[in-house]
Amino acid sequence: MKGITSLEKKLSGLEEKLKKYREVLLANLVMIGEIPAPTSDENRRVKFILNRFDEAGLTDSSIDGSGNGIGVLSGKDNSEAILINAHADTIFSAKIDHTMQVSSNSITGPGVADNSLGLAALVTLPYILENMEVELNRDLVLLAGVKSLGRGNLEGIHFFLDNNPFTIKGAICIEGMQLGRLSYSSIGMLRGEITCRVPESYDWSRFGDASAILTLNEVINKINDIHLPKRPRTSIVMGSIVGGTSFNTIARDATLGFEVRSESQEVVERAGETINDIVLEVSSKTGDQVELDIFAKRTPGGIPYSHPLTKCARSVMETLDIEPRLAPSTSELSALIDKNIPALTLGLTMGERTSKTNETIQIEPIYKGLAQLIGTILAVDGGYCE
Amino acid sequence: MKLVEAKKKKNLTISLCLPTLNEEKTIGKEIIIFRSELMERYPLIDEIAVIDSGSEDNTLEVARNYGADTYLASDILPNLEPKRGKGENLWKAIYQLKGDIIVYVDADISNIHPRFVYGLVAPLIHREEVKYVKAFYDRPLAFSGNVRASGGGRVTEILVRPLFSLFFPDLTAMIQPLSGEYAVRREVLEQIAFPIGYGVETSHLIDVYHKYGLEAFAQTDLDKRVHENKPTQALGKMAFGILQTFIKRARALGVIEKAEHETILRQFQARQDQYEQNLIEIVEEERPPMIEIEEYRKKFKK
Ligand SMILES: Nc1nc2c(ncn2[C@@H]2O[C@H](COP(=O)(O)OP(=O)(O)O)[C@@H](O)[C@H]2O)c(=O)[nH]1
Ligand SMILES: [Mg+2]
Repeated sequence: MKGITSLEKKLSGLEEKLKKYREVLLANLVMIGEIPAPTSDENRRVKFILNRFDEAGLTDSSIDGSGNGIGVLSGKDNSEAILINAHADTIFSAKIDHTMQVSSNSITGPGVADNSLGLAALVTLPYILENMEVELNRDLVLLAGVKSLGRGNLEGIHFFLDNNPFTIKGAICIEGMQLGRLSYSSIGMLRGEITCRVPESYDWSRFGDASAILTLNEVINKINDIHLPKRPRTSIVMGSIVGGTSFNTIARDATLGFEVRSESQEVVERAGETINDIVLEVSSKTGDQVELDIFAKRTPGGIPYSHPLTKCARSVMETLDIEPRLAPSTSELSALIDKNIPALTLGLTMGERTSKTNETIQIEPIYKGLAQLIGTILAVDGGYCE
Repeated sequence: MKLVEAKKKKNLTISLCLPTLNEEKTIGKEIIIFRSELMERYPLIDEIAVIDSGSEDNTLEVARNYGADTYLASDILPNLEPKRGKGENLWKAIYQLKGDIIVYVDADISNIHPRFVYGLVAPLIHREEVKYVKAFYDRPLAFSGNVRASGGGRVTEILVRPLFSLFFPDLTAMIQPLSGEYAVRREVLEQIAFPIGYGVETSHLIDVYHKYGLEAFAQTDLDKRVHENKPTQALGKMAFGILQTFIKRARALGVIEKAEHETILRQFQARQDQYEQNLIEIVEEERPPMIEIEEYRKKFKK
């Protein structure tokens, strides 16, 4: 624990020192954020990121077979590596205006928190470490992972984990918000869409009662009636709904996007089967086509609360006066957990209106968020977290 | 970057001037990007100065916060009677800023990129004979909301290009004669007069052309420029200022013989079913070449 004490010393004052990098970090943030990167179309953004890795002198950087951007900052002993991951994709179509707006205290724009700030930290990290003359023992592998969100289903990071040459001792996923977030476990999850269609051969003499929306409504009511246990904690998120075209034409199709989340894998699976039964039942009763498409699953897992990595992160947070908020995750963290790599997800700053085009982050807390990230990296690098 | 080395070798200093009037929405981003890319990472520019016409929003606070030097135009050369307009700010920058090269960039650009500066100074650093570098942009008028990629704006295409075609055909080689982004050597800037308003770009082109010939110009492709689109009546005022500048020069150079002009712009506006005429006085006053100002000669020992 002596090492940790000296680490605490390093941390004090770090937050203040990081202010010097404000323009470089924010310029990266703005430039990255203004390049649209909808899931599966992240190429332009990844190229920019690679360019930054090159400029920082990371000679081993490359784009891998899945389109991920990877930078490697070599350590003194490069037999082991630490992975820092930030997903490169956003939920925003390339058609919307990606202008970032900078005021004195905040930055606003689509995806600024999720995850342009994470990416900006990723590309600025080598610059900061070099400038502060910090040399790590282990390799620092910087991954801007593609095809992460929604139907992307973590394809980028899965590809990386299956094909990379490194011995990864620990991983940190970074997200723009919220500072204090500490995820170290993944919950069970199942994500899918249910689409209802009025068949082409529909008998229009059945006046009035046909509508894909009505059919979907029936499905939704039945899902709502599924009995969910209080423990293990479980929920079904009705996330989105799309359907129909105008006021006065019968909706030909309607789609529900949903997610089942639970601490128990068994409960997730049972809920999945029940939803499948509901779909079959409603389909045969109404004569409409009802289809269930499940395109993403996660199994629960992760390191325990008492794991040295979690402990390290908590003590770094405590030193920096950050109140940890423990929350399980279903994103890249679960891909790492599947590979038995001790991993965490950390947030970098405070912000609001996630997933809206006027998503906003605060600038001031970023220094704390970065200090936390660098502190945790140093702790892992020092070998205190295994 | 090679450019930084070349600049050092030639012992040049470069100042960036951002003229502002109520630009809190865009100024922060411009400063962050120029400071990060062209001061911290690659030390290409030596100062970033915002010269303001008396903004009523947070322009100056945001600019200061991100580390730009900020000035009120009226505080520079306070012994002169203050005048208001963008041209005034550009003129006063010659006195206030140190650089051998001054780069002007409008503060209302939302898709700002470091090439807006390095693209403009590169020809001046590499080629001795170039004195004035002007930006040009992509032409498509793709609208999205009220923001568009502005190519040759309406005033350029309807007024300036036809005028140049009539009287200064050489100058039609300028793809974007009115663009607010250009880099110029001090020795040129101090020798030319500055209209205080929208005539400033037009006068520069005519005066530099007259003094140094077309060879003194270079143009740089800056890809796209996105900024807010102006209503037509505002363009009318702009055109009025430009015309005054133009006529003054055309007459002095003997291109047009006799052309007296008014300084009242008459526009119509409809109110319910009545039309009323709006009389707007626009006098495109001019500042003399800076070299004629005594304080300037003292400060720069000329
Ligand atoms: N209109 C106007 N613009 C000014 C003034 N002082 C500085 N500016 C700046 O000059 C730049 C160009 O102004 P703008 O009116 O947008 O001209 P445009 O871009 O040619 O349409 C912007 O950065 C303004 O903030 C002024 O007194 N009037
Ligand atoms: Mg403008």
